[in-house]
Amino acid sequence: MSTASDRSDVGAGPGSDFWVNAYRQMLRIRLFEEQVNELYTRALMPGLAHLYSGEEAIAVGICEALTNEDYITSTHRGHGHCLAKGASPDKMFAELLGKEAGYCRGKGGSMHIADFDTGNLGANAIVGGSIGIATGAAFSAKHLKNGRVAVCFFGEGALGQGLLYEELNIAQLWKLPVIYVCENNCYNEYTHYSETTAGDICARAAAFGVLTEMVDGQDVRAVNAAANKLVERARAGAGPAFLLCNTYRYTGHHVGDINREYYRSKAEEQTWKTTRDPIQMHGAWMIEAGIADAAAIEAIEAEVRAEMKTAVDFAVAAPYPGPEEVEMHVYA
Amino acid sequence: MPDAIKRELTFAQAVREALAEEMRRDTRVCILGEDVAEAGTPFKVLSGLVEEFGTERVLDTPISEAGFTGLAVGAAMTGLRPVVDIMFGDFLTLTMDQMVNQAAKIHYMSGGKWKVPMVLRTTLGATRRSAAQHSQSLHAWLCHVPGLKVVIPSTPYDAKGLLKTAIRDENPVIFFEDKMMHHKLKGPVPAEEYTIPLGVADIKRVGTDITLVGTSSMVQVALGAADLLAEIGISAEVVDPRTLWPLDEKTLIESAKKTSRAIVIDEGYHRYGVTAELASVIAEGAFYSLDGPVLRMGAMHIPIPFSPPLEDLTVATPRTVFEAARKLCGKR
Repeated sequence: MSTASDRSDVGAGPGSDFWVNAYRQMLRIRLFEEQVNELYTRALMPGLAHLYSGEEAIAVGICEALTNEDYITSTHRGHGHCLAKGASPDKMFAELLGKEAGYCRGKGGSMHIADFDTGNLGANAIVGGSIGIATGAAFSAKHLKNGRVAVCFFGEGALGQGLLYEELNIAQLWKLPVIYVCENNCYNEYTHYSETTAGDICARAAAFGVLTEMVDGQDVRAVNAAANKLVERARAGAGPAFLLCNTYRYTGHHVGDINREYYRSKAEEQTWKTTRDPIQMHGAWMIEAGIADAAAIEAIEAEVRAEMKTAVDFAVAAPYPGPEEVEMHVYA
Repeated sequence: MPDAIKRELTFAQAVREALAEEMRRDTRVCILGEDVAEAGTPFKVLSGLVEEFGTERVLDTPISEAGFTGLAVGAAMTGLRPVVDIMFGDFLTLTMDQMVNQAAKIHYMSGGKWKVPMVLRTTLGATRRSAAQHSQSLHAWLCHVPGLKVVIPSTPYDAKGLLKTAIRDENPVIFFEDKMMHHKLKGPVPAEEYTIPLGVADIKRVGTDITLVGTSSMVQVALGAADLLAEIGISAEVVDPRTLWPLDEKTLIESAKKTSRAIVIDEGYHRYGVTAELASVIAEGAFYSLDGPVLRMGAMHIPIPFSPPLEDLTVATPRTVFEAARKLCGKR
């Protein structure tokens, strides 16, 4: 997690180290998900895997505006949020494989990964299910006056859930320090969002008087700039915000969703991947701005690949929980 | 309960006193619900609390049961100990995702890292002429979910001691109050501090010929039946489990072993309900000591009707329990 001091070397904005780190964080998510796909394809990973590839700039842009003590809630597509908030990939892979060394001792899995130490209140397999939890974390922060903020990540599919509107109403009434981050990756599972979403998305939040902004979710600098503003505002007691981030899901709803032509074309996917990729775009900007050269970017990739391989090896070799674990942690 | 307690409180006063004492003891305790502040709830159970603790700790919410229950889950995870007020037990249906998929599972899914120390207070009970959507007793639904605790007191003394324990518990606890008892039932409550552990049944009346297991409102019904049975020479023991989960199986089984007959009476639906579970615990644990089948007396399997003479047919009464017990004991 970056701190304010990392950003002091270029005037008012974040410094070069900050943007190199943001690049590395996005790449870690991309290569983490590559490994998940590999583990799943090799039948080493049980259950379901929903990849975050293509959406990395949102998790990283937002989480780099937070402190370790701030809270996030996440979704079934939550590996990116978890990594961006500071979790380590070895314990994440272990969780995905159902191993005792995982963040949740293997009992949560991909869709419920949570990390107490980095304020990750958990991924959630009910669409929109964590919107109340994030709002409650913000309620605590305000009540306990500890200066924390909560970020609620959810996909545009959650726009169909009534809970969102109940929480927007309460958060605005009580001026809670919570940022609702809607990741519009265009698809509610296998259905384009335009078929499920009436009216204007931002107008929904704005109707409650909640400060609402829209940002290019492929541009990590734009996301981070918006997040900084909204987080500082929330921390100062000015209340909640709604940030719509437009993005694209590179792969299927889950890893097994291979044949997608019935709901979207390969050409559409290619266009996003070749012209709107958040990692490529940010890398090109860093080179142009003189922050990093091609060799430095290659070096980062080599380091991250090595990190992910070590993490996967750790998780594959790690033991499963023993049968004595099955009834543990039902009650505190 | 200690003998010779002079002070008498209504059920509602006992609940209010438990809340006030815990709120004085622990500033993390706060109350959330519809009309809980100045109105003191429509049942006037919480009157006076906002005057003592202020609107920061006694919060009137919008009519958004899922919204403020979900908020309480997140608040509980992040340092508060919220007590949620769900006015009518029928409205539990609106909180079900937050209680069943979120509150109940977070501790387990996170491998024991996150905890949800919250209480949800709500009501049960028919015969208030409130018709089908304000008269249900849905506690069996919550008992079916691992991770939740379910408390169902029958006296002012038990209500106060159990509610204080529930607020101090590290888990989500559902606390059911019979709305007919709030102001009609009075009983001894000591002024001195006391708590009652969850999972300990109470024998409300000692007897030798038949065990009447009653819950909540049905404890008074069982006691009334015991009076009628005494008139014909049958000595009934009345056992109140007080909490349905954790459940004091031992006390139920021991009583049935001693008396050799048992009837379980509960205001929830007869089919697939609490009576079925308790009856099966007794049948499995006391089988070789029983002289007859364990009988169940729950609410009729119908929506609760409005018309008073019809509504009065739906739940057990001292007379119907008396008749069932008399038959089970082989007396005409």
